[in-house]
Amino acid sequence: MSQTSLAISKFSDLANPTRFLALAARVIPWLAGITALCFLIGLYLSFSTEGDYQQGETVRIMYVHVPAAWLSMMCYTIMSVSAIGTLVWRHPLADVSARAAAPLGATFTLLALVTGSLWGKPMWGTWWVWDARLTSVFVLFLMYLGLIALGRAIDDPSKAARVSAVLILVGFINIPIIKFSVEWWNTLHQSASVMRLDGPAIDPEFLRPLFVMAIAFTLLFFTLHIMAMRNEIWRRRIAAQRRLAARMASREE
Amino acid sequence: MTHAFYVYASYGFAAFMTAAVTLWTWADGRARRRELAALEAAGIRRRSARKRDSE
Repeated sequence: MSQTSLAISKFSDLANPTRFLALAARVIPWLAGITALCFLIGLYLSFSTEGDYQQGETVRIMYVHVPAAWLSMMCYTIMSVSAIGTLVWRHPLADVSARAAAPLGATFTLLALVTGSLWGKPMWGTWWVWDARLTSVFVLFLMYLGLIALGRAIDDPSKAARVSAVLILVGFINIPIIKFSVEWWNTLHQSASVMRLDGPAIDPEFLRPLFVMAIAFTLLFFTLHIMAMRNEIWRRRIAAQRRLAARMASREE
Repeated sequence: MTHAFYVYASYGFAAFMTAAVTLWTWADGRARRRELAALEAAGIRRRSARKRDSE
């Protein structure tokens, strides 16, 4: 067996649903605790640091808007990797991961859209414009809703998994469009100021709270994702056991 | 604070959304755990769990 396939089989052994449940039970309390701590520090920094000389206090909105926007894209990327896991390896946890992530992705995308709007009104003078960045993120939000609806519309779980995985991968094209929309088109939304090749273009005063809040939100996402995956595994076991019970009952008749 | 409405509305909405999604995930887990317990009480178990019991 080659080195890579050995690594993959080790990874799949580790990721079998029963082992995942045991791992989740151990990891969730720690992750939740660290998340809460990061939020405490992040919120303290968010309100104790200076306001911007032009944006004033509204710069504080960035500390929730930017992490939410970052998570909206990270969540979709995780779903895309899971979709590959479903289509290529047919891994039982891959579809569980994608399905559990979709409502979380929708939540953080909506959060990014609303907080962006609340920043846009005082700073741009408008709640909303149909520029490339805002529109592509809105499309991402609709895609999350579509994927949730699709997953629930198909009764056969393996068919739902395959169809959803294909749609997730097709929709991944939107992620680079969102990221580079501010460079490719003339948008009202400003261009990247943190993730740049020449380093962040914002002052450390704003970078510190932003960084801590980004970590806090990312940890929150992983805590919720693991919890939601655990719920999904339980849901599938319950369905399987009910089917089994029904079969047994009909045999006894 | 200037623009207090916009800042507090953003943080308020963020708090509401994170609390809502956390509670929803937690409540979903609790409901599933109860269903599993009910199945267990009715004597319906996974094959792997049954094997261990008979050993």
